[in-house]
Amino acid sequence: MLENLQTLILTLADDDLFMGHRHAEWIGLGPILEEDIAFASIAQDETGHAQAYYQILTDLGLPSPDEWAFRREPQNFRCAHLVELPNFDYDYAVALLRHFFYDAFEKVRLQALTRSAYEPLALLAKRLQSEEKYHWLHARTWVERLGRSTEEAHRRLLAARDLLWPYAWALFEPLPNEAEMVEAGWIPPSQTLQEEWFALIQPILEPIGLWKEPPSSSELAPCLGARYGQRSPYFDQLYAEFTEVSASEPDADW
Amino acid sequence: MSSLDPRIQRAEPRLSQITEVQLEPLDHWPIYEVFVQRTRGGHAQHVGSLHAPDPDLALVLAKEQYARRSQCVALWVVPTEAILWTSAEDEDLFQPATDKSYREPQGYLNTRERLEKYRDRLKPIS
Repeated sequence: MLENLQTLILTLADDDLFMGHRHAEWIGLGPILEEDIAFASIAQDETGHAQAYYQILTDLGLPSPDEWAFRREPQNFRCAHLVELPNFDYDYAVALLRHFFYDAFEKVRLQALTRSAYEPLALLAKRLQSEEKYHWLHARTWVERLGRSTEEAHRRLLAARDLLWPYAWALFEPLPNEAEMVEAGWIPPSQTLQEEWFALIQPILEPIGLWKEPPSSSELAPCLGARYGQRSPYFDQLYAEFTEVSASEPDADW
Repeated sequence: MSSLDPRIQRAEPRLSQITEVQLEPLDHWPIYEVFVQRTRGGHAQHVGSLHAPDPDLALVLAKEQYARRSQCVALWVVPTEAILWTSAEDEDLFQPATDKSYREPQGYLNTRERLEKYRDRLKPIS
């Protein structure tokens, strides 16, 4: 019971923690000032959401949010590989499309969590929805705009789509002991979320030529295992970087 | 182009209206003026401006530029080029040539007192 709850909460929290950190790498590098500020705010929101999820565990007598975020073995993280991916050569099409796939996922997942039988989670999900509404508006407005923009924009979005596609679909890998969580009424099956996600993004991507068939199982395979502790090759560098300050002074009072 | 009045047009992206802005290198995007409504039914106050490629993104970007630190219930954006204004040379338009202080709030001071005095004068002579 507690182990399942921990898996679920860490999945939610770790996704947001890493997404927030990767988005934050764009601070000062955004394409224009206005977008730099908006995207940095979104990054900050995601990190805040992670903290709020960890706090659910802390309230149950488990470690503090800082301990979950900064003092954990890599194999104990549960984030999806999509959010671990680096920004590579800092192509904003990749950043925007990852944000689009991820926040479409968050939209359907949070919607489902507002009906969770685990009340602290349902309450938190309702609270987080206002910020997520903005994230989704931001993501889809940009993608729809750029999808109808210049040939260069379209070419870059297509390349980003191909890079991210299997990682995006891997967001819906079933969680460990998922059947028990579904039985408890905490979450719907990943398969259901995936269908809702599909129904949300397909009508947006299809008219701008960014849709394609779901990845094959062999394309998907390397992106799986994240919810079971399998880390992507990009995890270590990122984790070393964002724990650098806290590791230098573990007992510091922030 | 349909209305940009935010009471008519909402923030859902409306892509059919997107007009392609062709920019030369070093050109910048159009500028939009941003207005914030702090309470329902309150006045929209001008708070600043920003660059955006279209009205939808102007609203999206305005939210984080101008509404993240204070109370806001609605945002308006207006293309700067849609705004007409009087020129600085015409500041004298606003200077009255004769005493118009009766139009100012203090022109309404002691109204009751003055009204009563007037009524007294109207009293019929018995």
